Amino acid sequence: MDFELSADDLALQSGIVELCRGRFTMDRIRASEETGALDQEMWSELVDAGVFSLRLPEDEGGVGLGCTQAVLVFEQLGRALVPGPLVATHLGADFGLTGIVGMVDRDVSPLLVEHLDSLDRLLILAPDGVWVCDADDVQGGQVDAFLDPLTPLYAAASLPKGQLLASDGAGMKLRGAALTAAYQVGIATAVTERAVAYAKERRQFDRPIGSFQAVKHICADMLVRAEVARAAVYAAGVILDDPSAGDETRAVVAAQLLANEAAVANGKACVQVHGGMGFTWEVDVHLFLKRAALLATHFGSNDERAETMAAFL
Amino acid sequence: MDLRYSESEERFRAELRAWLLNVLPALPPKPSGEEWHARRTYDTTWQRMLFEAGYAGIDWPRAVGGREATPAEQLIFLEETERAGAPYVGVNFVGLLHAGPTLVAEGSDEQKARFLPKILRGEEVWCQCFSEPNAGSDLASLQTKAVRDGDHYVVNGQKIWTSFAHVADYGELLVRTDADAPKHEGITWLILPMDAPGIEVRPMRTIAGSREFSEVFFNDVRVPVANRVGDENDGWRIAMVTFSFERGTAFVSELLSSLRMLERLADLARKIPRADGTAWDDAGIRRDLGHLAADFDALWALTKRNVTQAARGTGVPGLGGSVFKLHYTEARHRMGDLAMRLLDRSSLSLEDQETAEHVRGWLHAMSMTIAAGTSQVQRNIVGERILGLPKER
Repeated sequence: MDFELSADDLALQSGIVELCRGRFTMDRIRASEETGALDQEMWSELVDAGVFSLRLPEDEGGVGLGCTQAVLVFEQLGRALVPGPLVATHLGADFGLTGIVGMVDRDVSPLLVEHLDSLDRLLILAPDGVWVCDADDVQGGQVDAFLDPLTPLYAAASLPKGQLLASDGAGMKLRGAALTAAYQVGIATAVTERAVAYAKERRQFDRPIGSFQAVKHICADMLVRAEVARAAVYAAGVILDDPSAGDETRAVVAAQLLANEAAVANGKACVQVHGGMGFTWEVDVHLFLKRAALLATHFGSNDERAETMAAFL
Repeated sequence: MDLRYSESEERFRAELRAWLLNVLPALPPKPSGEEWHARRTYDTTWQRMLFEAGYAGIDWPRAVGGREATPAEQLIFLEETERAGAPYVGVNFVGLLHAGPTLVAEGSDEQKARFLPKILRGEEVWCQCFSEPNAGSDLASLQTKAVRDGDHYVVNGQKIWTSFAHVADYGELLVRTDADAPKHEGITWLILPMDAPGIEVRPMRTIAGSREFSEVFFNDVRVPVANRVGDENDGWRIAMVTFSFERGTAFVSELLSSLRMLERLADLARKIPRADGTAWDDAGIRRDLGHLAADFDALWALTKRNVTQAARGTGVPGLGGSVFKLHYTEARHRMGDLAMRLLDRSSLSLEDQETAEHVRGWLHAMSMTIAAGTSQVQRNIVGERILGLPKER
């Protein structure tokens, strides 16, 4: 047992951190706020960095890594708030799908497709398996107002039947849930860092507000939520690669439950620490919070996850 | 990252499991709550059995008679003893997890030779005399005074929250030896023989009705200077050496039993009648139970990260302990609250053992966010030492 990043993992992690810092700056990410369209150049950079081919075997043009490493990469993408259907495109690669791949759950109402105008293909999750269709075949009108400014939504009246990719989508959903949870841990971490930085710099009553226990304790709770969720998410990644180390469903569901809560609760706490500025559109905090709320709806709800966990008792 | 245990670790598990299967049936029944002398006998008998089988001082260095198990083996030890229903560390807690490790780190060769083997063999029981009525979270403001008189210190004052004081042979004692120095620089760490004249132990009753805590009064108690650990006035640093350790490990050993307790609570929910079935039919109850399972699973994963970091010498193990303790104790509060909600009026009678376990657990949880550094102190530690926020002035 050695439950900490290996030298290779650390190298991978610092590589993706540098990529995000250098290329995916908040200015660049926010530039697409007006149009809502995905930044195609940024997407190419993600493709080139191997974000989507990470787990493919090397002879298929991939990097040959596991979920353990994919989790580390998606955590950093979340920390940088990189927009787009990252998880769906990554999962699509397992089926040989290329281009920008979205995802929708056929049975979830309302039927809202994220990023539809930017998509090439759409994965359709259904009780009888995973299906795929061309994005062009989906009739959907853009929703005028939507929660996450960087995730435009399209209302679809119905979905084409598409083509069956796999009759059992359980494994794919678990991998997607783990990567989504990793992204949420990244958000939970990013907003903790932002709250702490602000608490050190913002002065009231002639001292940094972070010196007040009332503020310090909010920040401490943020770190605790992020660290507990991170441990669960890393465990989920490892167990997906090595099911002898634990129950895959139990590990992933617990991780996603806690990561969703950490991301949303920390996002709200970050608004609180920023005071009035935290409630402005200008400060980035709301973008993290809104993405956290959006991702918390992926692969089922937290109520369903809590039910799944209860079934293990 | 790897969560699998190695072949040698699995061998360790198999041997331990076989040994537990063999010896546990021979153990006498556990004495009930308030029979403290019987409990001492029970806990020290178990300790003696661990010693004879080579499992005593699982994390202690071999040089002082410990097992020096790897961190993974220590987790296996927790898993297997919990699984087999083996006794908890009980009255040996301070000796094995606090005073002993302090002596290993800071004691003289004579002190190590005199005290450590007897802790390992379950021959001597220790207690902790640190807190005072006016020195709780602000422990460094302690005022129990020790004045040098020849080759003795003469101690006067009062301690409080001393667990197992009435059955202990020795106490780890913090005293003020320099009243004029800044508060952290006038403290000395002494080994206190609990049978020394002038010590009075008065048990206190907790909200759970138990009497494990005592007040300890000192009236001209003479402690040999040879019992001093480290230098005079260096006691604060010595106490800090093991504090992070206490937070890091003491609560971890309870985590697995908390998960078992949660499983029993779920069983109870399946039996408690409600209008059209049982409490288990209530989605709110089920989800809260399921959420706690996620919390405890995540904390076990966090523990694996903390011990790996400690073994690698990366991270700060004591700080990982603060994160663990904050989340674990909060989860225990939630589990207690959930039990009370489930039991409703059944919680009022403590005659049924199955019910009483959960009601007492609810009460006991309240001590967890207070003992070994309150949650408020832990949040200061996390805020200042991990996040680098400025201290309050």
